[in-house]
Amino acid sequence: MTEIPVSAPAPVPADTEGQARSFWAKAWQRLRKNSLAMGSLVYLCLMVLACTFGPMLVPNSYDKIFQGYTRVPASLSAYPRPEMIGPAIEAAAGRARLDLVDWAQTGDRVTAHLQSTRGVDPRAARYFDRSDMLENSTLDPTSQTEAVLTARIERHHFLFGTDATGRDLLARTLIAGRISLSIGFLAGLVAMVIGVLYGAISGFAGGRVDQIMMRIVDVLYSLPFIFFVIMLVVFFGRNFLLMFVAVGAVLWLDMARIVRGQTLSLRRREFVAAAEALGVSWFQILFRHIVPNLLGPVIVFMTLLVPNVIILESFLSYLGFGVQEPMSSWGILIAQGARAMPSAIWMLIFPSLFLTSTLFALNFLGDGLRDALDPRDA
Amino acid sequence: MLRYAFWRMMTAVPTLFVVVTLSFFMIRIAPGGPFDQERALDPVIRANLERTYHLDLPLVQQYGIYLKNLLHGDLGPSFTMPEFSVAELLHAGLPVSIRIGGLALLLALILGGAMGVIAALYRDGWADRAVVGFATAGSTIPTFVVAPLFQLVFALGLNWLPVGGWNDGAFHNLIGPVICLMLPQLAVVARLMRSSMIEALHTHHIRTARAMGLSEAAVVGRHALRSALLPVVSYAGPAAAALMTGSVVVETVFSIPGIGRYFVDAALNRDYTVVMGAVVVLAVFTILFNLIVDIAYTLVDPRVRYD
Repeated sequence: MTEIPVSAPAPVPADTEGQARSFWAKAWQRLRKNSLAMGSLVYLCLMVLACTFGPMLVPNSYDKIFQGYTRVPASLSAYPRPEMIGPAIEAAAGRARLDLVDWAQTGDRVTAHLQSTRGVDPRAARYFDRSDMLENSTLDPTSQTEAVLTARIERHHFLFGTDATGRDLLARTLIAGRISLSIGFLAGLVAMVIGVLYGAISGFAGGRVDQIMMRIVDVLYSLPFIFFVIMLVVFFGRNFLLMFVAVGAVLWLDMARIVRGQTLSLRRREFVAAAEALGVSWFQILFRHIVPNLLGPVIVFMTLLVPNVIILESFLSYLGFGVQEPMSSWGILIAQGARAMPSAIWMLIFPSLFLTSTLFALNFLGDGLRDALDPRDA
Repeated sequence: MLRYAFWRMMTAVPTLFVVVTLSFFMIRIAPGGPFDQERALDPVIRANLERTYHLDLPLVQQYGIYLKNLLHGDLGPSFTMPEFSVAELLHAGLPVSIRIGGLALLLALILGGAMGVIAALYRDGWADRAVVGFATAGSTIPTFVVAPLFQLVFALGLNWLPVGGWNDGAFHNLIGPVICLMLPQLAVVARLMRSSMIEALHTHHIRTARAMGLSEAAVVGRHALRSALLPVVSYAGPAAAALMTGSVVVETVFSIPGIGRYFVDAALNRDYTVVMGAVVVLAVFTILFNLIVDIAYTLVDPRVRYD
């Protein structure tokens, strides 16, 4: 604290450091004390980072199909399993029209004796390279009808296992998270913008305009929600961008109601009356005085809106309205996992875990923000 | 009271009308039609079909015909399932959905109410924490995650319950869908009940009741519960309408012949009349349950009067 001359008329007496802080700084201070909310915030940041950069960092691409590894379980150790190598060599040999006599593995390399009555072409090595389990194959003919195959075993890690077509589930879960999260945030933003504008205008205008605007909201409310969403998705087709505009366009109703209520009470406050007396235009009053004061409840509602959007998107994807293959979202992965359930549990578990943990974190953060921004309630 | 109920029914008519009109034009404007298949129909057959169902008339005229039929209680034939009328489809599916949804709601109200009261009475104790944790989990984890996991554990893992199917509503077949449908509602009811009970326990009339030496059971059961029930009652109305008109996810996962699945399939196939039938049913249910809720208000809270 610096010394203030006593004679100086300080408009705001800065007694303590706490009082001099702005509303937002205080809210941030309160939020930081809430370990659950802060943990959720960190977790969400990590999740966003993982889904943004993860797909570039994981070894396998989300759309690469490993035909040799359909529905392999999640595992920390590398594939192929020892018992998978033999059948793979045999299958590749079959495609090359060669007969497998015997094979042996030494470390990372396999050697196999092959034969064929029609002679062995060294170029047939490519059949072995094409298998997902072997690479750098060479075929050395030892006689007219026999050859020795030497190849390296190709190691792949599938930490989350693979799906029914043999794609790495880790990469798919991360890329799906990218879709789910971006739809969640962007559609949330769309809903927020529409809701805030609509609610603020309705509450600010008041009277008959307010009556009509709110009646429209009531009617939209009474339309079956699912029907509304499905219609919008049907209209816009399977376009990624329009999809979240559609989702956002449905979810603005609650926001509009909340904002309208807040605006109605702000409208009667002295500073709005003062601005009106000074001849400020209604447009300026709306954007300089009303909207900034709405930020608190809007932010809180936003954190509740985003998980709702993610659930809605997942639900639509679950029904089959979502983004198209090979792209994916958590809802699609969960739907696929549910279908493959008895035999491939990992296909259900990992996407479900990602989705629910994100939803939990968003909820905890939302609760924390509500407590931080609304000290009366805490 | 009767006059009020009648008046409410009358005000519901315009709402219903707007909903029907909006839905009618929305689904008609959506691209595609009920007879669009992968293989194009013979034009003559198509024209015949469209004439039979009045699809060749101008949209406004079709709307007039639909409204007239609707007023006579005729919901029309299904386009994609020509052997059934919409009324028959609803008659087959609705009881199934009502049964599951009604059970789920009943259980959610009883269990959720009890959980909320216990949590409020032992505030910040372990029971409260457990209820709050459960409520958070229940309202966060989506049904389409819970339902397959439920199947995985109880049907495939433990072999206690059938994986799915309706089996004429046998008890074993009901358990899974009812629980999965109930959990999110249970969470909301428990949370609502907890917060309104906490509020009710702090009111003056409860303090007075305690001061007069009433037993704890009488204070909570007769006085606090009554005012704490209001938010739960007002939540129960829309929830009942939503639950009893079918849940797509639960019906799909457990392969149950309710109307939720019909509705989504019909919207996808542009089966106009089936979609409209489902919309009408949903709207009527919503209005009806909101009316019941408003009447229930007067029973729970004598301050509310509609005379």
